[in-house]
Amino acid sequence: MASLREIKSRITSTQKTSQITKAMEMVSTAKLSKAEQSAKSFVPYMEKIQDVVSSVASGTTEATHPMLEQRPVKKTGYIIITADRGLVGAYNSNVIRKLNQMIQERHKSPDEYGIIAIGRVGRDHFKKLGHNILLDIIGLHDHPTYEEINTISRQAVGMYSDGTYDELYLIYTNYKTIISHEVVAKKILPLTDFESTGSNLSYEFEPNIEEILNVLLPQYAESLIFGAILSSKASEYASGMTAMKNATDNAMELIDELTLRYNRARQDKITQEITEIVSGAAALE
Amino acid sequence: MKTIAVSIVTPDGPVYESEAELVVAKATSGELGVMAGHVPLVAPLAIGSVRMKTGNDQDVVAVTGGFLEVRPDKVTVLAQAAERAEEIDVDRALRAKQRAEERLNQKREANIDQKRAELALRRAINRIQVAQLGKK
Repeated sequence: MASLREIKSRITSTQKTSQITKAMEMVSTAKLSKAEQSAKSFVPYMEKIQDVVSSVASGTTEATHPMLEQRPVKKTGYIIITADRGLVGAYNSNVIRKLNQMIQERHKSPDEYGIIAIGRVGRDHFKKLGHNILLDIIGLHDHPTYEEINTISRQAVGMYSDGTYDELYLIYTNYKTIISHEVVAKKILPLTDFESTGSNLSYEFEPNIEEILNVLLPQYAESLIFGAILSSKASEYASGMTAMKNATDNAMELIDELTLRYNRARQDKITQEITEIVSGAAALE
Repeated sequence: MKTIAVSIVTPDGPVYESEAELVVAKATSGELGVMAGHVPLVAPLAIGSVRMKTGNDQDVVAVTGGFLEVRPDKVTVLAQAAERAEEIDVDRALRAKQRAEERLNQKREANIDQKRAELALRRAINRIQVAQLGKK
Protein backbone atom coordinates (compact mmCIF):
# COMPACT_ATOMS: atom_id res chain seq x y z
CA MET A 1 0.00 0.00 0.00
CA ALA A 2 1.17 3.47 -0.92
CA SER A 3 2.40 5.57 1.93
CA LEU A 4 0.25 8.31 3.42
CA ARG A 5 2.46 11.00 2.05
CA GLU A 6 2.37 9.61 -1.49
CA ILE A 7 -1.42 9.57 -1.50
CA LYS A 8 -1.53 13.04 -0.05
CA SER A 9 0.68 14.46 -2.77
CA ARG A 10 -1.38 12.78 -5.47
CA ILE A 11 -4.51 14.34 -4.03
CA THR A 12 -2.94 17.79 -4.04
CA SER A 13 -1.71 17.51 -7.60
CA THR A 14 -5.05 16.21 -8.86
CA GLN A 15 -6.75 19.07 -7.08
CA LYS A 16 -4.50 21.55 -8.82
CA THR A 17 -5.20 19.98 -12.19
CA SER A 18 -8.91 20.13 -11.53
CA GLN A 19 -8.64 23.82 -10.70
CA ILE A 20 -7.01 24.44 -14.05
CA THR A 21 -9.51 22.38 -16.01
CA LYS A 22 -12.34 24.05 -14.14
CA ALA A 23 -10.98 27.47 -15.08
CA MET A 24 -10.58 26.41 -18.70
CA GLU A 25 -14.12 25.14 -18.71
CA MET A 26 -15.36 28.50 -17.54
CA VAL A 27 -13.27 30.35 -20.10
CA SER A 28 -14.71 28.16 -22.86
CA THR A 29 -18.22 28.75 -21.58
CA ALA A 30 -17.73 32.50 -21.71
CA LYS A 31 -16.25 32.33 -25.18
CA LEU A 32 -19.01 30.03 -26.34
CA SER A 33 -21.77 32.40 -25.40
CA LYS A 34 -20.06 35.17 -27.31
CA ALA A 35 -19.43 32.95 -30.32
CA GLU A 36 -23.05 31.86 -30.27
CA GLN A 37 -24.03 35.49 -30.28
CA SER A 38 -21.93 36.38 -33.31
CA ALA A 39 -23.16 33.29 -35.14
CA LYS A 40 -26.68 34.42 -34.39
CA SER A 41 -26.18 37.97 -35.60
CA PHE A 42 -24.74 36.61 -38.81
CA VAL A 43 -27.91 34.65 -39.62
CA PRO A 44 -30.02 37.53 -41.02
CA TYR A 45 -27.22 38.56 -43.37
CA MET A 46 -26.68 35.02 -44.59
CA GLU A 47 -30.37 34.39 -45.13
CA LYS A 48 -30.76 37.60 -47.05
CA ILE A 49 -27.76 37.10 -49.28
CA GLN A 50 -28.82 33.53 -49.99
CA ASP A 51 -32.24 34.81 -50.87
CA VAL A 52 -30.91 37.39 -53.29
CA VAL A 53 -28.33 35.10 -54.87
CA SER A 54 -30.79 32.33 -55.49
CA SER A 55 -33.42 34.61 -56.96
CA VAL A 56 -30.88 36.40 -59.13
CA ALA A 57 -29.16 33.23 -60.29
CA SER A 58 -32.30 31.23 -60.90
CA GLY A 59 -34.34 34.13 -62.27
CA THR A 60 -32.00 34.83 -65.13
CA THR A 61 -30.91 32.03 -67.35
CA GLU A 62 -28.77 34.10 -69.67
CA ALA A 63 -26.48 35.14 -66.87
CA THR A 64 -23.13 33.46 -66.91
CA HIS A 65 -20.30 33.94 -64.53
CA PRO A 66 -17.12 31.93 -64.00
CA MET A 67 -18.23 31.13 -60.46
CA LEU A 68 -21.44 29.51 -61.69
CA GLU A 69 -19.81 27.39 -64.35
CA GLN A 70 -18.88 23.81 -63.84
CA ARG A 71 -15.48 23.31 -65.41
CA PRO A 72 -13.50 20.09 -65.77
CA VAL A 73 -11.87 19.43 -62.44
CA LYS A 74 -8.12 19.16 -62.64
CA LYS A 75 -7.44 20.26 -59.11
CA THR A 76 -9.55 20.49 -55.99
CA GLY A 77 -9.14 22.94 -53.17
CA TYR A 78 -10.03 22.11 -49.60
CA ILE A 79 -10.46 24.62 -46.84
CA ILE A 80 -10.11 22.94 -43.48
CA ILE A 81 -11.03 24.76 -40.31
CA THR A 82 -9.50 23.54 -37.07
CA ALA A 83 -8.54 25.12 -33.77
CA ASP A 84 -5.17 26.66 -33.00
CA ARG A 85 -4.67 24.43 -29.99
CA GLY A 86 -5.68 21.12 -28.53
CA LEU A 87 -7.56 20.36 -25.32
CA VAL A 88 -10.84 20.49 -27.18
CA GLY A 89 -11.75 16.82 -27.16
CA ALA A 90 -12.21 15.19 -30.55
CA TYR A 91 -12.95 18.49 -32.30
CA ASN A 92 -9.75 18.71 -34.32
CA SER A 93 -9.31 15.04 -35.06
CA ASN A 94 -12.85 14.72 -36.41
CA VAL A 95 -12.28 17.43 -39.00
CA ILE A 96 -8.87 16.09 -39.96
CA ARG A 97 -10.21 12.56 -40.28
CA LYS A 98 -12.93 13.75 -42.61
CA LEU A 99 -10.48 15.47 -44.93
CA ASN A 100 -8.10 12.52 -44.91
CA GLN A 101 -10.97 10.29 -45.85
CA MET A 102 -12.07 12.58 -48.68
CA ILE A 103 -8.57 12.80 -50.08
CA GLN A 104 -8.16 9.03 -50.01
CA GLU A 105 -11.46 8.46 -51.73
CA ARG A 106 -11.16 11.10 -54.39
CA HIS A 107 -7.53 11.49 -55.31
CA LYS A 108 -4.72 9.32 -56.52
CA SER A 109 -1.91 11.80 -56.72
CA PRO A 110 -1.04 14.74 -54.49
CA ASP A 111 -1.07 17.03 -57.52
CA GLU A 112 -4.82 16.79 -57.71
CA TYR A 113 -5.54 18.82 -54.64
CA GLY A 114 -4.40 21.67 -52.44
CA ILE A 115 -5.27 22.53 -48.88
CA ILE A 116 -6.05 25.86 -47.29
CA ALA A 117 -5.58 25.37 -43.58
CA ILE A 118 -7.24 27.65 -41.10
CA GLY A 119 -6.01 26.82 -37.62
CA ARG A 120 -2.69 25.53 -36.38
CA VAL A 121 -3.63 21.93 -35.63
CA GLY A 122 -4.86 21.24 -39.15
CA ARG A 123 -1.95 22.99 -40.76
CA ASP A 124 0.67 21.15 -38.71
CA HIS A 125 -0.99 17.82 -39.37
CA PHE A 126 -1.16 18.17 -43.13
CA LYS A 127 2.21 19.82 -43.41
CA LYS A 128 3.82 16.94 -41.54
CA LEU A 129 2.21 14.48 -43.91
CA GLY A 130 3.63 16.44 -46.81
CA HIS A 131 0.39 17.60 -48.38
CA ASN A 132 0.29 20.60 -50.64
CA ILE A 133 -0.69 23.56 -48.47
CA LEU A 134 -1.73 26.50 -50.58
CA LEU A 135 -2.41 28.90 -47.80
CA ASP A 136 -2.44 28.78 -44.05
CA ILE A 137 -3.92 31.08 -41.50
CA ILE A 138 -3.23 30.73 -37.81
CA GLY A 139 -3.79 32.87 -34.79
CA LEU A 140 -7.26 34.04 -35.69
CA HIS A 141 -8.96 36.21 -33.16
CA ASP A 142 -11.24 34.38 -30.72
CA HIS A 143 -14.24 36.12 -32.15
CA PRO A 144 -13.28 36.96 -35.71
CA THR A 145 -14.97 39.86 -37.45
CA TYR A 146 -15.90 39.82 -41.09
CA GLU A 147 -13.15 42.28 -41.86
CA GLU A 148 -10.56 39.93 -40.42
CA ILE A 149 -11.80 36.99 -42.45
CA ASN A 150 -12.20 39.05 -45.58
CA THR A 151 -8.60 38.78 -46.77
CA ILE A 152 -8.61 35.01 -46.29
CA SER A 153 -11.87 34.39 -48.07
CA ARG A 154 -10.96 36.79 -50.84
CA GLN A 155 -7.73 34.90 -51.45
CA ALA A 156 -9.57 31.58 -51.41
CA VAL A 157 -12.14 32.82 -53.89
CA GLY A 158 -9.39 34.47 -55.93
CA MET A 159 -7.53 31.20 -56.31
CA TYR A 160 -10.65 29.69 -57.79
CA SER A 161 -11.01 32.55 -60.24
CA ASP A 162 -7.38 32.39 -61.38
CA GLY A 163 -7.62 28.63 -61.90
CA THR A 164 -5.44 27.36 -59.04
CA TYR A 165 -8.25 24.91 -58.41
CA ASP A 166 -11.48 24.13 -60.21
CA GLU A 167 -13.65 23.35 -57.26
CA LEU A 168 -13.52 24.29 -53.62
CA TYR A 169 -14.71 22.35 -50.61
CA LEU A 170 -15.12 23.62 -47.12
CA ILE A 171 -14.59 21.17 -44.27
CA TYR A 172 -15.74 22.53 -40.96
CA THR A 173 -17.76 21.72 -37.87
CA ASN A 174 -21.36 22.73 -37.95
CA TYR A 175 -22.59 23.96 -34.61
CA LYS A 176 -26.12 22.95 -33.69
CA THR A 177 -26.29 22.90 -29.94
CA ILE A 178 -23.74 22.70 -27.15
CA ILE A 179 -23.66 18.93 -27.26
CA SER A 180 -24.32 18.37 -30.93
CA HIS A 181 -22.01 19.43 -33.70
CA GLU A 182 -21.02 17.56 -36.80
CA VAL A 183 -18.28 17.72 -39.37
CA VAL A 184 -19.56 18.93 -42.69
CA ALA A 185 -17.95 18.93 -46.12
CA LYS A 186 -19.59 21.49 -48.31
CA LYS A 187 -18.85 22.35 -51.89
CA ILE A 188 -18.83 26.10 -52.17
CA LEU A 189 -17.36 26.67 -55.61
CA PRO A 190 -18.60 26.55 -58.29
CA LEU A 191 -21.89 27.72 -56.89
CA THR A 192 -24.37 25.14 -58.07
CA ASP A 193 -27.16 24.19 -55.77
CA PHE A 194 -29.17 27.13 -54.61
CA GLU A 195 -31.88 26.56 -52.12
CA SER A 196 -34.87 28.02 -53.82
CA THR A 197 -36.75 30.34 -51.54
CA GLY A 198 -39.85 30.57 -53.64
CA SER A 199 -39.83 34.34 -53.73
CA ASN A 200 -38.97 34.66 -57.37
CA LEU A 201 -39.16 38.33 -58.17
CA SER A 202 -37.89 39.47 -61.49
CA TYR A 203 -35.31 42.06 -60.65
CA GLU A 204 -34.06 44.99 -62.59
CA PHE A 205 -30.31 45.15 -62.63
CA GLU A 206 -28.40 48.33 -62.25
CA PRO A 207 -26.18 48.72 -64.29
CA ASN A 208 -26.39 45.12 -65.62
CA ILE A 209 -26.47 41.52 -64.51
CA GLU A 210 -22.76 40.84 -65.08
CA GLU A 211 -21.78 43.71 -62.80
CA ILE A 212 -24.14 42.44 -60.14
CA LEU A 213 -22.87 38.89 -60.30
CA ASN A 214 -19.32 40.18 -60.11
CA VAL A 215 -20.10 41.77 -56.77
CA LEU A 216 -22.69 39.36 -55.49
CA LEU A 217 -21.10 35.97 -56.06
CA PRO A 218 -17.71 36.60 -54.45
CA GLN A 219 -19.47 38.24 -51.54
CA TYR A 220 -21.71 35.20 -51.25
CA ALA A 221 -18.81 32.77 -51.32
CA GLU A 222 -16.95 34.86 -48.77
CA SER A 223 -20.00 34.85 -46.53
CA LEU A 224 -20.15 31.07 -46.73
CA ILE A 225 -16.57 30.88 -45.53
CA PHE A 226 -17.19 33.40 -42.78
CA GLY A 227 -20.27 31.50 -41.64
CA ALA A 228 -18.29 28.28 -41.51
CA ILE A 229 -15.61 29.91 -39.40
CA LEU A 230 -18.17 31.28 -36.96
CA SER A 231 -19.83 27.91 -36.71
CA SER A 232 -16.49 26.19 -36.21
CA LYS A 233 -15.45 28.62 -33.50
CA ALA A 234 -18.66 27.99 -31.60
CA SER A 235 -18.14 24.23 -31.93
CA GLU A 236 -14.54 24.59 -30.80
CA TYR A 237 -15.57 26.32 -27.59
CA ALA A 238 -18.41 23.89 -27.00
CA SER A 239 -16.05 20.92 -27.42
CA GLY A 240 -13.50 22.61 -25.21
CA MET A 241 -16.12 23.15 -22.60
CA THR A 242 -17.31 19.55 -22.68
CA ALA A 243 -13.76 18.18 -22.69
CA MET A 244 -12.75 20.31 -19.72
CA LYS A 245 -15.94 19.47 -17.87
CA ASN A 246 -15.21 15.79 -18.29
CA ALA A 247 -11.65 16.32 -17.14
CA THR A 248 -12.85 18.16 -14.05
CA ASP A 249 -15.40 15.45 -13.29
CA ASN A 250 -12.77 12.75 -13.66
CA ALA A 251 -10.40 14.65 -11.41
CA MET A 252 -13.12 14.96 -8.77
CA GLU A 253 -13.82 11.25 -8.96
CA LEU A 254 -10.14 10.50 -8.60
CA ILE A 255 -9.85 12.83 -5.63
CA ASP A 256 -12.76 11.09 -3.92
CA GLU A 257 -11.20 7.72 -4.45
CA LEU A 258 -7.78 8.88 -3.27
CA THR A 259 -9.27 10.53 -0.20
CA LEU A 260 -10.97 7.27 0.69
CA ARG A 261 -7.69 5.43 0.32
CA TYR A 262 -5.92 8.07 2.34
CA ASN A 263 -8.38 7.75 5.21
CA ARG A 264 -8.17 4.00 5.16
CA ALA A 265 -4.40 4.09 5.27
CA ARG A 266 -4.54 6.57 8.12
CA GLN A 267 -6.93 4.38 10.05
CA ASP A 268 -4.78 1.35 9.45
CA LYS A 269 -1.82 3.21 10.77
CA ILE A 270 -3.64 4.28 13.93
CA THR A 271 -4.94 0.78 14.51
CA GLN A 272 -1.48 -0.58 14.09
CA GLU A 273 -0.06 1.94 16.54
CA ILE A 274 -2.67 1.08 19.14
CA THR A 275 -1.99 -2.61 18.70
CA GLU A 276 1.69 -1.95 19.15
CA ILE A 277 1.17 0.10 22.31
CA VAL A 278 -1.24 -2.42 23.77
CA SER A 279 1.02 -5.34 23.04
CA GLY A 280 3.99 -3.38 24.37
CA ALA A 281 2.10 -2.67 27.61
CA ALA A 282 1.05 -6.31 27.85
CA ALA A 283 4.66 -7.40 27.50
CA LEU A 284 5.65 -5.21 30.44
CA GLU A 285 3.13 -6.72 32.81
CA MET B 1 -46.46 59.94 -47.50
CA LYS B 2 -46.03 56.22 -47.90
CA THR B 3 -42.99 54.77 -46.25
CA ILE B 4 -40.80 51.83 -47.14
CA ALA B 5 -39.07 49.48 -44.72
CA VAL B 6 -35.29 49.74 -44.68
CA SER B 7 -32.84 47.33 -43.19
CA ILE B 8 -29.08 47.43 -43.34
CA VAL B 9 -27.37 44.17 -42.43
CA THR B 10 -23.72 43.25 -42.15
CA PRO B 11 -22.10 39.91 -41.34
CA ASP B 12 -21.51 41.20 -37.82
CA GLY B 13 -25.19 41.86 -37.27
CA PRO B 14 -28.02 44.19 -38.31
CA VAL B 15 -27.10 47.85 -38.17
CA TYR B 16 -30.22 49.73 -39.06
CA GLU B 17 -33.88 48.80 -39.13
CA SER B 18 -36.57 51.39 -39.75
CA GLU B 19 -39.09 52.97 -42.11
CA ALA B 20 -38.36 55.87 -44.44
CA GLU B 21 -40.02 57.85 -47.19
CA LEU B 22 -36.95 58.05 -49.33
CA VAL B 23 -33.76 56.04 -49.40
CA VAL B 24 -30.76 57.48 -51.21
CA ALA B 25 -27.75 55.26 -51.81
CA LYS B 26 -24.61 55.54 -53.85
CA ALA B 27 -24.51 52.71 -56.36
CA THR B 28 -21.46 52.06 -58.51
CA SER B 29 -23.35 53.56 -61.44
CA GLY B 30 -24.40 56.69 -59.55
CA GLU B 31 -26.72 57.98 -56.85
CA LEU B 32 -29.96 56.13 -56.52
CA GLY B 33 -33.18 57.18 -54.82
CA VAL B 34 -35.80 54.63 -53.79
CA MET B 35 -39.34 55.22 -52.58
CA ALA B 36 -42.18 52.87 -51.71
CA GLY B 37 -43.46 50.86 -54.65
CA HIS B 38 -40.18 50.80 -56.53
CA VAL B 39 -39.63 47.99 -59.04
CA PRO B 40 -37.54 45.09 -57.72
CA LEU B 41 -33.94 46.06 -58.23
CA VAL B 42 -30.46 44.90 -57.37
CA ALA B 43 -27.47 47.23 -57.55
CA PRO B 44 -23.93 47.05 -56.21
CA LEU B 45 -22.94 49.87 -53.89
CA ALA B 46 -19.83 52.00 -53.84
CA ILE B 47 -18.11 53.07 -50.64
CA GLY B 48 -20.41 55.84 -49.51
CA SER B 49 -23.43 56.71 -47.47
CA VAL B 50 -27.02 55.53 -47.39
CA ARG B 51 -29.47 58.23 -46.36
CA MET B 52 -32.95 57.53 -45.06
CA LYS B 53 -35.27 60.53 -45.20
CA THR B 54 -38.60 60.87 -43.45
CA GLY B 55 -40.12 64.36 -43.48
CA ASN B 56 -37.30 66.60 -42.41
CA ASP B 57 -35.44 63.92 -40.53
CA GLN B 58 -32.53 62.14 -42.02
CA ASP B 59 -30.57 59.10 -40.86
CA VAL B 60 -27.18 58.50 -42.36
CA VAL B 61 -25.27 55.24 -42.43
CA ALA B 62 -21.74 54.79 -43.76
CA VAL B 63 -21.52 51.70 -45.95
CA THR B 64 -18.52 49.81 -47.27
CA GLY B 65 -19.07 47.54 -50.26
CA GLY B 66 -22.01 45.30 -50.79
CA PHE B 67 -25.24 45.80 -52.62
CA LEU B 68 -28.76 47.07 -52.44
CA GLU B 69 -31.84 44.96 -52.94
CA VAL B 70 -35.16 46.68 -53.53
CA ARG B 71 -38.57 45.11 -53.30
CA PRO B 72 -41.79 47.09 -53.55
CA ASP B 73 -42.19 47.17 -49.78
CA LYS B 74 -38.64 46.79 -48.56
CA VAL B 75 -35.11 47.97 -49.14
CA THR B 76 -32.28 45.80 -47.91
CA VAL B 77 -28.66 46.82 -47.93
CA LEU B 78 -26.17 43.98 -47.56
CA ALA B 79 -22.85 45.57 -46.74
CA GLN B 80 -19.52 44.22 -45.62
CA ALA B 81 -19.38 46.93 -43.01
CA ALA B 82 -21.77 49.68 -41.99
CA GLU B 83 -21.97 52.23 -39.21
CA ARG B 84 -24.60 54.74 -38.25
CA ALA B 85 -23.37 58.32 -38.37
CA GLU B 86 -23.71 58.82 -34.62
CA GLU B 87 -21.73 55.66 -33.88
CA ILE B 88 -18.71 56.49 -35.99
CA ASP B 89 -15.49 56.93 -34.11
CA VAL B 90 -14.21 60.05 -35.86
CA ASP B 91 -10.82 59.97 -34.16
CA ARG B 92 -10.25 56.46 -35.33
CA ALA B 93 -11.29 57.37 -38.84
CA LEU B 94 -8.92 60.34 -38.80
CA ARG B 95 -6.07 58.13 -37.66
CA ALA B 96 -6.91 55.59 -40.35
CA LYS B 97 -6.94 58.37 -42.91
CA GLN B 98 -3.53 59.55 -41.79
CA ARG B 99 -2.10 56.04 -41.86
CA ALA B 100 -3.45 55.43 -45.34
CA GLU B 101 -2.06 58.70 -46.60
CA GLU B 102 1.36 57.94 -45.16
CA ARG B 103 1.34 54.54 -46.75
CA LEU B 104 0.36 56.01 -50.08
CA ASN B 105 3.23 58.47 -49.88
CA GLN B 106 5.77 55.84 -48.94
CA LYS B 107 5.07 52.92 -51.17
CA ARG B 108 5.00 53.60 -54.81
CA GLU B 109 6.30 50.23 -55.90
CA ALA B 110 4.05 47.57 -54.36
CA ASN B 111 0.86 47.47 -56.35
CA ILE B 112 -1.41 45.57 -54.00
CA ASP B 113 -0.50 47.61 -50.97
CA GLN B 114 -1.17 50.72 -52.93
CA LYS B 115 -4.66 49.53 -53.76
CA ARG B 116 -5.37 48.53 -50.19
CA ALA B 117 -4.18 51.86 -48.86
CA GLU B 118 -6.33 53.67 -51.39
CA LEU B 119 -9.39 51.70 -50.33
CA ALA B 120 -8.60 52.30 -46.69
CA LEU B 121 -8.28 56.01 -47.40
CA ARG B 122 -11.63 56.08 -49.15
CA ARG B 123 -13.29 54.24 -46.30
CA ALA B 124 -11.82 56.63 -43.76
CA ILE B 125 -12.86 59.71 -45.72
CA ASN B 126 -16.34 58.28 -46.15
CA ARG B 127 -16.69 57.69 -42.42
CA ILE B 128 -15.58 61.22 -41.61
CA GLN B 129 -18.00 62.68 -44.14
CA VAL B 130 -20.90 60.61 -42.91
CA ALA B 131 -20.17 61.54 -39.30
CA GLN B 132 -20.34 65.20 -40.28
CA LEU B 133 -23.56 64.70 -42.23
CA GLY B 134 -25.12 63.06 -39.21
CA LYS B 135 -24.32 66.03 -37.01
CA LYS B 136 -26.21 68.53 -39.11
